Amino acid sequence: MNAKRVDKIATGVLYAIAALVVIILVALLGYILVQGVPEISWHFLTSPALSFEAGGGIGIQLFNSFYLLFLALLISLPISLGAGIYLNEYAGQNTITGLIRTTIEILSSLPSVVVGLFGYLFFVVQFKLGFSILSGAFALTVFNLPILTRSIEEALANISDDQREAGYALGLSRWETVTKIVVPAALPSIITGVVLSAGRIFGEAAALIYTAGQSAPALNFSDWNPFNISSPLSPLRPAETLAVHIWKINSEGIMPDAKAVSAGASAVLIIAVLLFNFLARWLGKRLYKHLTAE
Amino acid sequence: MDKIRASLLKKSIATKIERRGKILSLSCLALIILVVFLIFYFVASRGLATFFQNHINLWQFLSGIQWNPGTVGSNGQPAVGALPMIVGSFLITIFSAIVATPFAIGTAVFMTEISPRRGAQILRPVTELLVGIPSVVYGFIGLQVVVPFVRNTFGGSGYGILSGTFVLFVMILPTVTSMSADALNAVPRYYREASLALGATRWQTIYKVVLRAAIPGMLTAIVFGMARAFGEALAVQMVIGNATLLPHNLVSPASTLTSILTMGIGNTVMGSLQNNALWSLAMILLLMSLLFNLIIRYIGRKGKLNHER
Repeated sequence: MNAKRVDKIATGVLYAIAALVVIILVALLGYILVQGVPEISWHFLTSPALSFEAGGGIGIQLFNSFYLLFLALLISLPISLGAGIYLNEYAGQNTITGLIRTTIEILSSLPSVVVGLFGYLFFVVQFKLGFSILSGAFALTVFNLPILTRSIEEALANISDDQREAGYALGLSRWETVTKIVVPAALPSIITGVVLSAGRIFGEAAALIYTAGQSAPALNFSDWNPFNISSPLSPLRPAETLAVHIWKINSEGIMPDAKAVSAGASAVLIIAVLLFNFLARWLGKRLYKHLTAE
Repeated sequence: MDKIRASLLKKSIATKIERRGKILSLSCLALIILVVFLIFYFVASRGLATFFQNHINLWQFLSGIQWNPGTVGSNGQPAVGALPMIVGSFLITIFSAIVATPFAIGTAVFMTEISPRRGAQILRPVTELLVGIPSVVYGFIGLQVVVPFVRNTFGGSGYGILSGTFVLFVMILPTVTSMSADALNAVPRYYREASLALGATRWQTIYKVVLRAAIPGMLTAIVFGMARAFGEALAVQMVIGNATLLPHNLVSPASTLTSILTMGIGNTVMGSLQNNALWSLAMILLLMSLLFNLIIRYIGRKGKLNHER
C-alpha cells in the first residue's frame, strides 16, 4: 500500500468517525426533543406534580429551579468577582498564588455528589438549616464558585494593560482602576461566563438531593411574604428542582406517567440550557457593541 | 501649616479605598480556600470514623466483598466490604474512557485537520452545547433507550456495567472531544507545514507529527473525562442496577461508589456505622478526584518540558 492510498483510507475513516459522533449527538438531542416537546403545555409547566396519579405538572419544580439559580448566583457572583479580581490584579506570581490556583482547581474537579454531601453535613446538619432552599443555594454556590472565579479571572486577564496604565496615569488607585475601568471593560465576557454557569447550575441535581431536598410542598402563589413557610419566596422550605424531580420519579417509579413527565421535564431542561447558551452569546456580543460603540 | 502637615501625614482617601478593596477581594479568595479545607475536613472526619471509632480494618474495608453495614458478615465482623463499589467505579470509568477515546480523538482530528470549516460551523457548537446537558437527562435517556437495548441484545436485566459504560461514553464524549480539539489547535502551524514540505501526505502529517505533538493535551482531555466519569452520580445510579455485588459480567447489576452514596446517605442515621461507612466511600471519591488532579498536573508539566526541548 502506498502512502496516498493510506491517506485516502485514513481520511475516510475520520469522516466516518466524525459522522458517527454527529449522528449520536444529534440523535440524543432529537430524542429528548421529540419525546419531550409534545408533553409540554401550559398546564404541564404550571400545575403541581402528582405522586400517585397521571397528569401532574412541573410548576413548583420549575419555579424552585429558577429561584435556587437566582439565589445561588446572588451569593456566588460577588464572592467570585472579588476572588477573580484578587487573583488577576493583586496576586503576585509566586508559590502561594500557585497553591491557591491549585486549590480552586481541586474544588472545581470535585464530584458534585461530594459537594452535595458536604452541603448536607455542613449546612443541613451543622447549621440546622434543614432541607431548604438556603442549604441548596449554598451547595450550588460551592459548586459554582471555582468555575465562576476562573471565568471572571480570564475575562479580567483579557483586558489590555493599557487600560490599567491609563487609570494609574489619571491618579486612580489600583482598586479604583479595577472597579471603574477594568471590570466594566470586562463586563461582556463576565456576563457570558455568568450565564453559562447558570446553565450548569440549572441542570445540577447531585449536589441538591441532600441539600434542597426531594420534596416540593404546595406553594401559595398569592403569598409573597418570605417569612411564611408556604410562600414561594420562603428560603427555609424544602425545594425539589426540575433535575432532582427527573431523577426522583425515575428511581422511585410510583408515578404512573413518570416516563412522560420526565421526557417533558428533560426537554424543558435542555431548552433552558440551550436558551442560556444563546443568551450568553447574544448578551456578550450586544454588551460589547454597546460599550465599545462599534 | 498644621493642616497641610496633617494631610501629608495622614493616609489619603484613595489609599484607604485601595486598602479596603484589597482586603475585600482577598477575603473573597480566602473564603473559597476555606470552603475547600472545610470540605476535606468534614468528609475526612466522618469517613475516618469508620476506622477509628468503629475499628474497621482498612484492608478489610477495601478488599471485603460483602456490603451490608449494620449486619455481621460471614467472618464475624460488620459487613463493610467496599470492593464491589470500587471495582464498579473503576470498571465503568476505564471502559467508558476506552470507548470514548477513539471517537473523541477522531472527531477532534476531523474538526481541526480535515475540515476546519465544518468543524467550526457544526461540530464545535454541537459538542460545546452537549457539554452543558444535565447528567440526569443522560440518565433518563439511558433508562429509556440504553437499558432496553442492552436487555434485548445481551440478555439479563439490562442494568449493569455495560449500560453505565454506554451512558458515560456519551456523557464524556463532548468534553473529551472539545478538549482534544483544543490540544490539536495548539500545535503550531509550522509543524504541519514542515511535514507537508517534506512530502508527507496529510495522514502522515496527522499521525506522525500533529498527534504526537498534541499527546500531553489529549492525555489531559482523557484523564479529565475519566475524572468526570468517576464522579458522576445520578446518571450512573439510574442505569447500573445498584446491587452491591462483585460484577460477574458486564450485564449483571452492579454498583459504584457514587450510586451507593446517593441511595444510602438519606436512609442512615448520622453517626452510625452504616452512615460512617458511606462517608468512607465519599472519602475514597474525594481522594480519587485529588489523584486525577495530580495526574493532570503531572501530564501538564511533562508536556511543557517536551515543548521547551
